[in-house]
Amino acid sequence: MAGMLTVSLWRGGTEGRYVDYDVPMRETQTVLDIVTWVQRNCDATLSYRFACRVGMCGSCAMTVNGRPRWTCRTHVSKVVSRGRLTIGPLENLPVIKDLAADMRPFFEKWQQAKGRFAPSKTRSDPIERIAPDSAARVAADAAIECINCGVCYSACDTVRWNGDYLGPAALNRAWTLLNDVRDAGNVERLAAVATDGGCHACHSHQSCQEHCPLALNPTASIAGLKRRTAQAYLRGEIKP
Amino acid sequence: MTLLAHRTRPLWIAALVHRLSGLALAVFLPFHFLALGLAISGEAQLESFLRWSEQPLVKMSEAVLLGVLAIHMLGGLRLLALENLAWREGQARLALLAVVAAMAVAFAFLASVF
Repeated sequence: MAGMLTVSLWRGGTEGRYVDYDVPMRETQTVLDIVTWVQRNCDATLSYRFACRVGMCGSCAMTVNGRPRWTCRTHVSKVVSRGRLTIGPLENLPVIKDLAADMRPFFEKWQQAKGRFAPSKTRSDPIERIAPDSAARVAADAAIECINCGVCYSACDTVRWNGDYLGPAALNRAWTLLNDVRDAGNVERLAAVATDGGCHACHSHQSCQEHCPLALNPTASIAGLKRRTAQAYLRGEIKP
Repeated sequence: MTLLAHRTRPLWIAALVHRLSGLALAVFLPFHFLALGLAISGEAQLESFLRWSEQPLVKMSEAVLLGVLAIHMLGGLRLLALENLAWREGQARLALLAVVAAMAVAFAFLASVF
């Protein structure tokens, strides 16, 4: 592959515009390589976020040609359209500057969904034995690998329409803890995810599953939460 | 701003179709009650309405309405199953199946009246 690529990058904060840059094409080149090339050769003030460059940390997610992606794991040849690339910050989050989205609302909702492990034992107690093939552990394992990249949050139209919606990642996290037999905070957690912006706000578009770089299925986790919150309500464990 | 890619996905379109079909049915409902009201207000008026409804264009509209009703019902059943039963893969295929079934219902109705 040779020649030049026209890359439109979002510049500015929430109010900003796309600016075109001509970037040389390479045979193997990721979208993150493109952004780095622009920063090093065209404009050193370009702001963006990355860390590991190998799909481990989830910090380099951006919107590439309208689709949220990990830029470090996206080859340009797979996404380039008629010699052009349009790269913006993640959708549904405030923009700090250029390609760096403010992740604070995302992590605040993680806390609102009670995404923190609530221990039921102390360090003096013996280690809990958990059968890997138990139904609860299988359900937790299916959702546990989330690295909080925000791609699902950015792809979700329910997040866009409802500012209170906790979002796929936070609810997926709540589902993993709900299935962790060691956790002691599930009544509070079920109450937290059954509120107005909780699991019942999900429209089951499955965009989160479609876009998750780890092929997780937050919609299935949210469906599980819908069932568990309904059961808890019928048993009188949580109040409307 | 580029078209957001998730809005071209089958399940997003399925949700859009479900919402629009629901709106269409809500708009139709007053007319449905109006027709039912004619049955109360007098036999002659109802007979005249029923004769009017025999026109081919009205029958075509009824077929569309039946299709809309079927797609909304089947789409709703898919969501109820998704949310209340164990997770099942292939939701896009199920949504497509609902569209095909709804069209089949509409065509079967058309075939029965023409």
